[in-house]
Amino acid sequence: MNPPWDKQLIGLGGGVLMLLLAASIIGWFLSRRFTNPQGKATIENLNARTRAWWVMALVFGLAMALGLVGTTILFGLVSFLALREFITLTPTTPGDHRTLFWTFFVVLPLQYALIGLQWYGLFSILIPVYAFLILPLRSAAAGDCHNFLERTAKIQWGLMICVYCVSYIPALLTLHIPGYAGQNAKLVFYLVLVAQLSDVLQYVWGKTLGRTKIAPDVSPNKTWAGFIGGVASTVLVGAGLWWATPFTPWQSAGMSLAITFMGFGGGLVMSAIKRDRGIKDYGNLIEGHGGMMDRIDSLCYTAPVFFHLTRYFFT
Amino acid sequence: MTKLLLVIAAKLISGTTVRWVGCQPDSRQRIYFANHTSNLDALVIWASLPSAVRTVTRPVAARDYWLKGAIRRYLAIHVLNAVLIERKRPTVQDNPLHDMLAALGDRHSLIIFPEGGRQSGGEMSPFKGGLFHLAKNRPDVEFIPVLVENLNRILPKGEIVPVPLLGSLRFGAPIKLGSGEEKAVFLERARTAIQVLQTT
Repeated sequence: MNPPWDKQLIGLGGGVLMLLLAASIIGWFLSRRFTNPQGKATIENLNARTRAWWVMALVFGLAMALGLVGTTILFGLVSFLALREFITLTPTTPGDHRTLFWTFFVVLPLQYALIGLQWYGLFSILIPVYAFLILPLRSAAAGDCHNFLERTAKIQWGLMICVYCVSYIPALLTLHIPGYAGQNAKLVFYLVLVAQLSDVLQYVWGKTLGRTKIAPDVSPNKTWAGFIGGVASTVLVGAGLWWATPFTPWQSAGMSLAITFMGFGGGLVMSAIKRDRGIKDYGNLIEGHGGMMDRIDSLCYTAPVFFHLTRYFFT
Repeated sequence: MTKLLLVIAAKLISGTTVRWVGCQPDSRQRIYFANHTSNLDALVIWASLPSAVRTVTRPVAARDYWLKGAIRRYLAIHVLNAVLIERKRPTVQDNPLHDMLAALGDRHSLIIFPEGGRQSGGEMSPFKGGLFHLAKNRPDVEFIPVLVENLNRILPKGEIVPVPLLGSLRFGAPIKLGSGEEKAVFLERARTAIQVLQTT
């Protein structure tokens, strides 16, 4: 195996650091220029987001340096925090208590352990098959039938989104791509970078040019200008990163397109859930970003698709 | 050391968001009164206070529950510095009100649950009279309503293992016993002061 820190990975990491540095400097200048309260609030939110990005980038970099184990543990924690936010918003009853115990303390660690063991045949079906069938049994045994289907469906959905989908990010490290052995860390980097960049660019385009809202009832921040500008610029950047991936520039553009589309969809669906529950953010874990779910909503949707596209076409 | 560990554990398990809506943390003498939904309530409220306030604040708890088993007993007496009261059969010698007044002294604050027992969700039950007698005896102490949410889902009645959901605490504005205010009126007003925190 090659050392995890090859030149291209250092290039990607350096690029992210430069980007964050630039964002911090621009934010600092903006905070000095805008004096009216509304502008100040927007800039303060922007700067809080940048600060949180620094922390997230450093944690992510540290985990990546520790290889499969570090990355698996990091995303296991991400799943834990996300599931916690998700289930908190779900009106479960005392009858679900033992089921939730299994969800948090058995299914979640098992899923990530299977990824650490690189056991594709089981980690890809643990939650959609076994958890799906067995967890409702525990709830049924507890004897509370009120809203049974609704409660069961919500717990399963939380597991799928927060655990199963997120676990596909470290699972990228288990793929065997011919001619790319030992370099899979760059694939994780690529996915996270493109998905998060897509969020940021859609936000920036929407804030500067956005007029017409796509789904005003679901997510008032999503505009056509934000979507089109965000997708186009992300695909350009994604294609430009082909050298770090097993893809050609055109394939890389295609992958980035898939990532931005799915990411947009993820943001929209999670917004719909938040609207339904009558809240704006999933939590207040990350300053300026809301909760963990607010930050990873697009990754949940992109990771499994990116994994399976790569697995189908490149392994 | 145990104190610090317990505070960290309580914060991790309950992931509690703490909001001071109607007042700010202060080490002056106060009585925090809260709705009671879980065995975690007293611990989490206590742990959520800044450490200077925490050291002078004592949870009031049921003696029959907290003296059962060595761990509970150790936590109640040595860590939480709890005021253990008799709730089943109060007598003249064993009067919870005397214990609470003695515990207050001239520098301590208390955390109390005026419903008397845990409610398994839904409406708060009517308050017991203790709160009124405390207010009457100690007009100098601030009475702070505290709304506890979701802790009953983290550790419901009858369960032993907590599930790590996110709880929430809100501290409201102090209320005062009006001159000549009747017991039932004051108790109902105190109960409402907790309920209205749901909309803040």
